[in-house]
Amino acid sequence: MAIWVVAARKSGATMAAARCLTRRNMVNGGGSCSAFPKSHSPNALAGKKEKENSSALLGFWRFKSTKASAAAAVDQLYSSDEDVTNNHQGLDFPGGHVSYTHSLNFISNSSTQNRVPCYRVLDDNGVLIPAAGGGSNAGDFQFHHHQQPLISQQTALKMYREMVRLQVMDTIFYEAQRQGRLSFYLTSTGEEAISVAAAAALTPDDVVMPQYREPGVLLWRGFSLREFADQCFGNKDDYGKGRQMPIHYGSNKLNYFTVSSPLATQIPQAAGVAYALKMEKKDACVVTFFGDGSSSEGDFHAGLNFAAVTESPVLFVCRNNGIRVDGNDALAVYNSIRAAREIAVKQGKPVLVEFLTYRVGHHSTSDDSTKYRPVDEIEYWKAMRNPVNRFRKWVEGNGWWNEGEESELRSATRKQLLQAIQAAERTEKPSLDEMFRDVYDETPSNLREQHEQLREMIKRHPGDYPSDVPV
Amino acid sequence: MASVLGRYGRKWSLGCVSYHKNHLPRFSTVTHSAVPSEPIQQQQAGRSMNLYSAINQALHIALESDSRSYVFGEDVGFGGVFRCTTGLAERFGKHRVFNTPLCEQGIVGFAIGLAAMDNRAVAEIQFADYIFPAFDQIVNEAAKFRYRSGGQFNCGGLTIRAPYGAVGHGGHYHSQSPEAFFCHVPGIKVVIPRSPSQAKGLLLSSIRDQNPVVFFEPKWLYRLSVEEVPEHDYMLPLSEAEVIREGSDITLVGWGAQLSIMEQACIDAEKEGISCELIDLKTLIPWDKETVEASVSKTGRLLVSHEAPITGGFGAEISASIVERCFLRLEAPVSRVCGLDTPFPLVFEPFYMPNKNKVSRKYWFPKICVTTWCSSASWQLVFG
Repeated sequence: MAIWVVAARKSGATMAAARCLTRRNMVNGGGSCSAFPKSHSPNALAGKKEKENSSALLGFWRFKSTKASAAAAVDQLYSSDEDVTNNHQGLDFPGGHVSYTHSLNFISNSSTQNRVPCYRVLDDNGVLIPAAGGGSNAGDFQFHHHQQPLISQQTALKMYREMVRLQVMDTIFYEAQRQGRLSFYLTSTGEEAISVAAAAALTPDDVVMPQYREPGVLLWRGFSLREFADQCFGNKDDYGKGRQMPIHYGSNKLNYFTVSSPLATQIPQAAGVAYALKMEKKDACVVTFFGDGSSSEGDFHAGLNFAAVTESPVLFVCRNNGIRVDGNDALAVYNSIRAAREIAVKQGKPVLVEFLTYRVGHHSTSDDSTKYRPVDEIEYWKAMRNPVNRFRKWVEGNGWWNEGEESELRSATRKQLLQAIQAAERTEKPSLDEMFRDVYDETPSNLREQHEQLREMIKRHPGDYPSDVPV
Repeated sequence: MASVLGRYGRKWSLGCVSYHKNHLPRFSTVTHSAVPSEPIQQQQAGRSMNLYSAINQALHIALESDSRSYVFGEDVGFGGVFRCTTGLAERFGKHRVFNTPLCEQGIVGFAIGLAAMDNRAVAEIQFADYIFPAFDQIVNEAAKFRYRSGGQFNCGGLTIRAPYGAVGHGGHYHSQSPEAFFCHVPGIKVVIPRSPSQAKGLLLSSIRDQNPVVFFEPKWLYRLSVEEVPEHDYMLPLSEAEVIREGSDITLVGWGAQLSIMEQACIDAEKEGISCELIDLKTLIPWDKETVEASVSKTGRLLVSHEAPITGGFGAEISASIVERCFLRLEAPVSRVCGLDTPFPLVFEPFYMPNKNKVSRKYWFPKICVTTWCSSASWQLVFG
């Protein structure tokens, strides 16, 4: 399948609709993409119009790339801005126009001049960066660089508090795993600003489809420390009924889809959810998070393509720990998500936002990241580029926070967490029935049989089974 | 293939759809009570139509009866490569019936998202041979969506339709029967109709079922299979097998296009004095063990036949389950007459396929070896 991309604009934060040409459809003359008109002619070469001819030429190029006659078609693939002005001759195809060029230029990423710059509001010391001449373009949206960011004291303080609570929660749960009380955990260390500030910029109706490193969203929306602990311990109060590993949270009342381990699978689903919201004419969008690694998955490309083609309101948020927003700047995260949401909801377009950040913690409790990166690099980012400290400086600089409140919050949170862990640990597990429920909406006969057989086994060999699961 | 609808059908339900335009319809799916005694075709006027027309009609009804239903996939807009989606886009609009990019993982992922928001998402995969890029979304996401969320979320409104099976000239990539891969996945249902009237009722049930369903349509029958199909909205129950031909000597179990082959073998057998009971499984998971078990308890012999390769095919599951349940009743080993363990060949298709004579050969053997094992002819059959 060949994909056309019209010459990219410099600050491409929005996705253009992908044009799809498919081999099958070239041969059959039909189109798989709604952007194409339907041609019922089995032989596309028979069409005399320029656009049908060009489609056929491309089809030919696909099959017979070694033939000399196809060479002319190759230079249609690339155009630059100067060619647009110098050369009015061009190629019209459904959905656009591409100019011809006589010079063969390869588009390359290696020039840093053309890189999309990184948006930030606070400097490394938590001080507002003064506006420097106007704003910047991001497609149709103007970022006006205010002296005062678009955020109230109340919101800023709530953001800060939740970032602190996330830090404390991560520390304590991580320790609990190390002590053997939890089987698994993964932290958001270094990425606290992304999940919390993004959540702050959304409305409660916006549907969140996480990867797994975004519990900050749940914290913002009111998931309690006890609810987190219940899921991690898989007890009977876990909304997931003890079926998944720790950190696989989900909450339908908070519009946060349940986490699943496979990477990037939520991305095309997000396009479908957004399409549903659009059909319902809801004033809401979908926000889906994923790491930069996941952006290599096929599902990433599939999801963006579908969202663009169906014009659905999704924010695709990439936590890039390796554009382009400074993900360690809570205000920049807040502003950019606010702005992106506007585009998505008002214009029904998907938006890709890339947060540059650094994952300070190990990937998970199963990982020792010092094996693949330098320890001093980790220490540097932890100490000097910490998003929580940076935001703290700004909040304190405004006179909204102080040392006393800081230590009070941290010790109170710590205490609540320890209580939550103790309570969750003591709460009994879900009953065995829950293993067989929800596979289907109603339990089929094969599962009822297996349940019976299992009960027999448990009676005969109780020692084979954990005693904290009620049978 | 003779129209077997109604003569031997046991349990079904009428489509009981009470709905208001903008509300979620309430559907009764499997009902064991309130079963009409007269066959379907006598209840309301039917029209002679083929499989793709019946499926098309089911889709029209599904979209009309539920404003929150959608049909999409590659090339469905103009009617689809097999014409199953003709007229839908014109009638219901491009926002409900639309083409997708050529990306199966995207199609199914998108469909899951749509279904998770309480819609009926009917996704088409153009050929079952191309369903594999979507395997992760189906197995790891759709099948586990409800379970992993503790029932907070579900994508029960998802139905994936795909043409499957031999077509005479399809070769490796237009002939596959991949049902066995999906039968190994708790959380989804796999449904395969054998005829136009069955397809319409089963597809409506699948769409309206509260679980994700993979619906394989036998492409060979799209045009070839023609029968009277009632024009009204009706549903056939899932997870209920149907005895479509009663007999006493041997039970044959199959699904989809293979049933017509098996039926021919049954007719031939009748001439030789062998009475065959033929069962259409219809839903492969969760499958109706009770009906098959009851039949084998009666006949004492079982033969399963499917186009898919024999090793690891779904016939193995049926065989193992029935041996567990009916061991003492069985008078012969369970037979499987299936495709060979090769990729589906082009020129060699007639050799690959489990045709009528292969089926006949296989049930002669268990029958003869019991009743006339003393004769030399049978020794030859047993050992030859």
